[in-house]
Amino acid sequence: MSAPSQDTAVRNNRITITFIYVTLIVFALFYLVPLFVMVANSLKPLSEITGGNMMALPKEWTIAPWLKAWSTAQIGVEPTGLKPYFINSIVMVVPAVVISSIIGAINGYVLTKWRFKGDTIIFGLMLFSCFIPFQIVLIPMAMVLGKLGLSGSVAGLILVHVVYGIGFSTLYYRNYYAAFPSELVRAAMIDGAGFFQIFWRIMLPVSGPITVVCVIWQFTNIWNDFLFGVSFGGQDQPMTAALNNLVQSSTGVKEYNVHFAGAILAALPTLLVYIVAGRYFVRGLMAGSVKG
Amino acid sequence: MGFLDINNVTKSYGNVEVLHDIDIQVNEGEFLVLVGPSGCGKSTLLNIIAGLENLTSGDITINDRLVNHVHPSDRNIAMVFQSYALYPNMTVAQNITFGLEMHKVAKPERDKALSEVAKLLQIEQLLDRKPAQLSGGQRQRVAMGRALVRNPDVFLFDEPLSNLDAKLRVDMRTEIKKLHQNLQKTIVYVTHDQIEAMTLSTRIAVMYNGYVQQLGTPHEIYNAPANVFVAKFIGSPAMNVIPATVSVSGKTASAEFTDGEGKKISLKLSQSAKDLSDGQKILLGIRPEAISDPDNADKKSKNKQEFTTKVSVTEPSGADTFVTLSLSDIDVVARLRGDLPLQISKAAPFVVDMDKVVLFDPETENRLDI
Repeated sequence: MSAPSQDTAVRNNRITITFIYVTLIVFALFYLVPLFVMVANSLKPLSEITGGNMMALPKEWTIAPWLKAWSTAQIGVEPTGLKPYFINSIVMVVPAVVISSIIGAINGYVLTKWRFKGDTIIFGLMLFSCFIPFQIVLIPMAMVLGKLGLSGSVAGLILVHVVYGIGFSTLYYRNYYAAFPSELVRAAMIDGAGFFQIFWRIMLPVSGPITVVCVIWQFTNIWNDFLFGVSFGGQDQPMTAALNNLVQSSTGVKEYNVHFAGAILAALPTLLVYIVAGRYFVRGLMAGSVKG
Repeated sequence: MGFLDINNVTKSYGNVEVLHDIDIQVNEGEFLVLVGPSGCGKSTLLNIIAGLENLTSGDITINDRLVNHVHPSDRNIAMVFQSYALYPNMTVAQNITFGLEMHKVAKPERDKALSEVAKLLQIEQLLDRKPAQLSGGQRQRVAMGRALVRNPDVFLFDEPLSNLDAKLRVDMRTEIKKLHQNLQKTIVYVTHDQIEAMTLSTRIAVMYNGYVQQLGTPHEIYNAPANVFVAKFIGSPAMNVIPATVSVSGKTASAEFTDGEGKKISLKLSQSAKDLSDGQKILLGIRPEAISDPDNADKKSKNKQEFTTKVSVTEPSGADTFVTLSLSDIDVVARLRGDLPLQISKAAPFVVDMDKVVLFDPETENRLDI
């Protein structure tokens, strides 16, 4: 009785596994096809795209479209390529991510370990910023930036992204620190550590996993932002705005291969963050689970 | 004036008062245990002594210094937490010396203090490990090391043994006792375990509902509990509290009640009859070991009372057999010799050592001090 039933169980299992794999592979291909099209066409001369099959591999491999997109393509009125805008984006994203994460961590620390009357209300209000659509704040934000003398500058963009990012980063750190034992903070208080000493010496060293999550989230959002970039970037527009200018230009020949290369360039940093930091994220989770 | 004075301390959260007028003086070198069930306010009181929570009214003085508004780190106290609260990112050595570092003690002195404490607690081989690599007992030692290294005026322990398994708990209990005997430091120790309270303390404060029910030596608490709560909380199995009626004849008073089969039992009380009146309702507090079989009754007792009743349950535990009797509609437990041949549902004779019996008022549940 038991032998045949076990046999059926194993066979069922195989069918299930095959089914799961087939489904996964189909979906993986579905998602990978656009990437394939972009990479393949960015490595072709333009004539191959206009003259033939978009799905085909290049007959003549070339990195000229990449070089052009990077350094000589016409962005708006200047033939600068995407390079200066890429640098703009980096100069904007890195401080915005760092500052919003640090403020979020301190907020989370205060909201969980130095609780005060009305702290939940304040946290609730901060959460609101996660739900406010960008469009609503455009005009007030422009006025504030103007008053601060930051309009049309990278510094202004950093401020906007930090303000917008604090809501999410506070949410992440608050929820992470809520599970952090308060006895540790009390022990550190008795040991004589002050507010910032407890933060730097006790809380931050164990905040690796949530920091990775927060950085991935903030980096992706800020890098990919278009609306704030075009609205407040002025002369120092970020990568997303420049890519739009490159692709949407209505004069001259549409150089699809250059557009593809530019789009990949614009997506590369976020991909990189996912690949590099994502591994640390998993590692962080594992370390936490073993500690017990 | 003691070394650590808790003077009329109250604590309220909003309108709810959780500690009422706590008044305890602890002498230098004393081991005070705060014991009580969950929610009795013992941990709150400890946190107030530590300065982790503010008191609503009253004073705390340590070594003749008023510390109401002194920061925890400046009270010269050290605390051992239930979860040990070791900093997970630091090694054992860093954990132990963190407090000294925060108090700006120079590195050579820190190292000296560290090696002394590590030697005392036999954790020298663990100094480079992280807390995650330690067993429960080792973490406990490190937590104590962190407290010891500061050489504080007062040690505060917050249920330090409750996360350990049974065997280790008994071992560590002995170690804490040894440590106290060697160092003669003032200790305030919170626990819900009455055995820890009895074995470790020089004095016990039994707390319930935010009141100190009784403050006294383990001997006083055990033999003369202030009220029914203390009587039932301290001791295992708990003290039997049997409703009875007083019957006075001449100079002697007896307690009368019925057993499970409706048979009347009368026990002559050791207490003087002049403080009792005929027909008065009382509660009879009898420790399980005060009931024995006739052959093993305490020879020194001046007032032994014998009665016969049916045995309802026997629970042999090796050295002792716990026997349940039904008296006055409640289950009464007697601690008898382990090898006594007793049969369930059969009547057997028992002797009560009436000198050890205490009386309670059924209304107030306080002990009748007569």
